[in-house]
Amino acid sequence: MKKLFLVLIVLPSILIVQMAVANEVKIGVTAPIDASDHASLQRGAKAFINNCLNCHSANYMRYNRLQDIGLTAKQIKDNLLFAGEKVGDTMTVAMNPKDAKKWFGVVPPDLSVEVRARGADWVYAYMRGFYRDETTPTGWNNIVFDKVAMPHVLYELQGEQILNHETHKLELVKPGKLSPSEYNAYIGDLTNYMAFMAEPGKQQRQQLGWWVLLFLGVMLVLARKLKAEYWKDIKKGND
Amino acid sequence: MAQDKTTEKVVETTGIVDWVDKRFPLTSNIKAHLTEYYAPKNFNFWYFFGSLALLVLVMQIATGIFLTMHYKPSAAEAFASVEYIMRDVFGGNIIRYMHSTGASMFFVVVYLHMFRGLIYGSYRNPRELIWLFGVGIFLCLMGEAFFGYLLPWGQMSYWGAQVIVNLFATIPLIGPDISEWLRGDYLVSDATLNRFFAFHVIALPLVILGLVMSHLIALHEVGSNNPDGVEIKAKKDKATGIPLDGIPFHPYYTVKDMVGVAVFLIVFATIMFFAPEMGGYFLEANNFIPADPLKTPAHIAPVWYFTPYYSILRAVPPIGISQFPGVAAMGLSVMIFALLPWLDRSPVKSIRYRGSLYKKWLTAFVVSFLVLGYLGTVPSNIWGQFGPWLAGADRATVVARIFTVVYFAFFILMPWYSAKDKTKPVPERVTH
Repeated sequence: MKKLFLVLIVLPSILIVQMAVANEVKIGVTAPIDASDHASLQRGAKAFINNCLNCHSANYMRYNRLQDIGLTAKQIKDNLLFAGEKVGDTMTVAMNPKDAKKWFGVVPPDLSVEVRARGADWVYAYMRGFYRDETTPTGWNNIVFDKVAMPHVLYELQGEQILNHETHKLELVKPGKLSPSEYNAYIGDLTNYMAFMAEPGKQQRQQLGWWVLLFLGVMLVLARKLKAEYWKDIKKGND
Repeated sequence: MAQDKTTEKVVETTGIVDWVDKRFPLTSNIKAHLTEYYAPKNFNFWYFFGSLALLVLVMQIATGIFLTMHYKPSAAEAFASVEYIMRDVFGGNIIRYMHSTGASMFFVVVYLHMFRGLIYGSYRNPRELIWLFGVGIFLCLMGEAFFGYLLPWGQMSYWGAQVIVNLFATIPLIGPDISEWLRGDYLVSDATLNRFFAFHVIALPLVILGLVMSHLIALHEVGSNNPDGVEIKAKKDKATGIPLDGIPFHPYYTVKDMVGVAVFLIVFATIMFFAPEMGGYFLEANNFIPADPLKTPAHIAPVWYFTPYYSILRAVPPIGISQFPGVAAMGLSVMIFALLPWLDRSPVKSIRYRGSLYKKWLTAFVVSFLVLGYLGTVPSNIWGQFGPWLAGADRATVVARIFTVVYFAFFILMPWYSAKDKTKPVPERVTH
């Protein structure tokens, strides 16, 4: 019976875990995600609101949820709301979807849960993966998203990269305002924020999880003792 | 009078309970199903999963009720309303993850429960009806999971539903009309979402509850099987009429099941609090992209619990341009469980007293179920192609075909190998 149990429970679970690991898209970079680093999350929020929110919405994210990463309502109002939004509003975008379609060919997708759809590593690689390509309408292409409709919004910060077709690596040909390591950190913060935004309740959920497990652990101990107590009088073997 | 009392009314209660008992069979039912329902004393690990399935059912209904309070079954609002639950509803993310984890765990528990029936011959005479009710529950559960999966209105919801509903279109002659009738539209749309919501929250839960009741009533009529596959009712205490190897379900198995519940909830809570996506197997990443009827995802994979059957669907080659053989095989692969009571010709019930032939077939079945399950999650070109000697066929498809044959052979050949198998002598009483 123990053997059967092993084969039927343990093996598939190992398989599932391995498959789950293999399932994650191979991007080659790991985004520096740290949900407890409020300074990084706040920098990322600012970067997101200043750059992304002009075209992309985050319709499910409320500004006041930024209180979860250590900002006060007043800080949010003074520093992050520009167009008369209320602090309880969601991060909508003023751009008309029809215009957007005309300008870009596609409507820029809502980014609320982008990290859950694509993975943080993908976003991290994507935002660093733009390169010059004169064959596309925008003059930009992306190493993880071929022929992407989005131009390189942050090229002033990153500078201009080209793709070396022999090594299949990106090379910086015109430096931007930030050094490569500064730019990586900037995108790291942005990705960290987008990961937070994709599921603002995540940290709280995990903290709650430990309490629930503690409760269940106690329950398990008590249930076992109770069971042992009752089963004392069930004789082994045939009476 | 006193004599009448003992023969007519065995139950003696006082106060409020007595008042109720005179009007409703409360105490007698509690006795019949709990305190005087005698279960074999040798239940092992595998016997936890029935009560756990009931627990998950209750959890799904309870969390489902709360989700329904905030969810909007409309194509325009469904995706947003799920995110609203995740963000703005107090405790909404916990309730939603409980429900999504519960869906997968329901299948984990039910598959293990079914496997228990398989190894100990719980479907054999006199428990055929229990098994048939169980197969009915399993079918409804698959429908319930399928309808529920459309509701978040993500890309996988949408295209998964599109694929499954289109399966019905392969039925000769009436197929296209049937699938259109199911969708309520020419493609999966708002109308489809609305009716799937109705099926998910009321139609199927009602049927499932009814079937679960019948499953339990039938079980309590004939009594539980056990790991030895011997009938405990055959050996009763002469004075009391209680089976010698039987113990009252309550308190013995209620306290024992509490241990199982605690262990199960620890596994459950670990998943739902720390890995609710389970690496994309419980919640697929693509489902965080809102449904887009114009953009087909590159790889459409069903949720893990459907993948063995999905593999069979893909493995069976079409006849001409008709995909119907695959669809029929997939349907059959689920329905064939219902025939088990009549396919098994072994003189013994439990695997403990069966010979090596049956064990080999069972192992082959379990392996094929798992391999087919895995292959259903990946594209069929995952392992590359064979050379020209096999006309460049996909390796994974060939493997899936072999295991599909094994899967069906386990059932179809059962009358032969189960009868031919050498068995060991079955003890008179349970071993404990």
